Amino acid sequence: MTEKSSGIFQWINKRLPIVNTYERHLSKHPVPKKVNFWYMFGALASVVLILQIVTGIWLMFGYENTEEGAFASIEYIMRDVDGGWIIRYMHTTGASMFFAVVYLHMFRGLLYGSYHQPRELVWIFGCTIFLAMMAEGFLGYVLPYGQMSYWGAQVIISLFGAIPYIGESLELWIRGDYYISGATISRFFALHVVALPLILIALVFMHLVALHEVGAGNPEGVDIEKYLDDDGVPLDSVPFFPYKVLNALVAIGIFGIVFSVIMFFFPEGGGYFLEYANFEEANPLSTPDHIAPVWYYSPFYAMLRAVPDKLGGFVVMASAVAILFVVPWLDRSKAASIRYKGPLSKIAMVLFVMSVFLLAWLGTVPVTELRKTLSVIGTIVYFAFFLLMPIYTSIEKSKPVPDRL
Amino acid sequence: MEEKLTTRRKVLIGMTATVGAAGIPFAATPFISSWNPSAKAKAVGAPVTVDISKIQIGQKIQVAWRKQPVFVIRHSKEALKNLSKVVSKLDDPNSEKIDEPYRSINPTRSTSDEYTVIAGVCTHLGCSPKYFPDIEPQPWDESWVGGFFCPCHGSMFDIVGRVFKGVPAPTNLKVPPHYFDGKILTIGEDKGTT
Repeated sequence: MTEKSSGIFQWINKRLPIVNTYERHLSKHPVPKKVNFWYMFGALASVVLILQIVTGIWLMFGYENTEEGAFASIEYIMRDVDGGWIIRYMHTTGASMFFAVVYLHMFRGLLYGSYHQPRELVWIFGCTIFLAMMAEGFLGYVLPYGQMSYWGAQVIISLFGAIPYIGESLELWIRGDYYISGATISRFFALHVVALPLILIALVFMHLVALHEVGAGNPEGVDIEKYLDDDGVPLDSVPFFPYKVLNALVAIGIFGIVFSVIMFFFPEGGGYFLEYANFEEANPLSTPDHIAPVWYYSPFYAMLRAVPDKLGGFVVMASAVAILFVVPWLDRSKAASIRYKGPLSKIAMVLFVMSVFLLAWLGTVPVTELRKTLSVIGTIVYFAFFLLMPIYTSIEKSKPVPDRL
Repeated sequence: MEEKLTTRRKVLIGMTATVGAAGIPFAATPFISSWNPSAKAKAVGAPVTVDISKIQIGQKIQVAWRKQPVFVIRHSKEALKNLSKVVSKLDDPNSEKIDEPYRSINPTRSTSDEYTVIAGVCTHLGCSPKYFPDIEPQPWDESWVGGFFCPCHGSMFDIVGRVFKGVPAPTNLKVPPHYFDGKILTIGEDKGTT
């Protein structure tokens, strides 16, 4: 194709490596021949990222980043702008779905050891993307300046107040005012629409470049690079096009159906995607009776509440995210995939999943004595999964991993 | 000769880089300081005055100062007597951990012997605590002695805003600068303190 096609395309291709890049990273990129549905969420995450960028640009056309205008401008988009409601619900549903697919994508990583040597950097870039997403989601949630925007931001910004000595001045510096005001909103707006998206896109690029350098993993944890054909292509691989593209299209289709059902019928997600208190304008003088984060932050929020100490709570919550970064060095198992790991790893995985679900629920409900105890237990199990990993993965006996996929 | 040249080059590059790096904090200064509260934001924090003559005994009113809630509570004599009974529950009964402006003038922590003036902002993560003055069992505390409960993370304070033991809030609720002039309370400055 490259040699024979002539004219303008050839002229460009000699100056810009379109065909080479396309073949190397897309059409001929070798991927393991046997993977399962767990390997679809990365593709879905990139679809949602694009959706968030497009709908975000369209929301900016109507949004006003001032204390007086923010809440009203969201209502204006919802009621007066043609198609405004669907663009906004696409963006809010997109935010929840972004976290949903990324959590599943991360869980896939834990399940099949996607962080194992040589994919440590892919994992670390992924964790950094998650961190940037958490910041991006938080900043975006503050922009409508509803009650939950205000009090959620109050709580999150106050977290920085837990840092000894500089805490209080840091809080003031972040807000740029004595309360969360127009000054706070306009800087959060700039970060949400320019700074963090640029960082996110750069990180996604690095995540993919690193991934394509070492190749994708598979549910068996088999190293497909061991057996290559004469051209140096792994025997157990298939080219990305058409094999993976068609798979991904099916996944995107199913995802689109789920997405549309939520967007059209349950855009508030029962108060878990968009909280009811946020349909009321921010009132700095009155905290809503019940403050809860949106579902995707709730496990971390439950951990914060489990610790009866301001600095301690902050440290525990931050550690819960930070510990993900070092997972490649905590897992001492010879087998990457849970399929070939020993029984201790399997038990630990089940307990871990249970603790995350327990904490996710606890983070959304008011505190009582019993729930406080439960969140302490959940937090301990969550950290035990990671901190004890070097021990249980080295004392258990893993099954031999096959040579071929 | 070759080696000498490389060393010389390394030293020169190192020195240039150091000088360049020293410029970074200077270049960063305007970007960082632009996030400080602007002159406009600082100007809005002027003191506010409230007429407290209409507050009933046991009642709490809420005043906005710097757009933050400030609670003014008028205590009964009996409630003030009970203050010493709850000391065992408190983490810092004499407000030694914070910069208390009117320490040991009055049990109310204010410049008045009847009214308490406290910032309605939880010292944990900034929610506004709710006032539950009655002595009766509550879901969060079986032996509730009256006071403030923060709905966000369950911090508890007594009726003059002193923090309980074993809750996430690290310190007592803050007392803003204030003074009373007859039945007029000024919040935000404290000239005229007796």
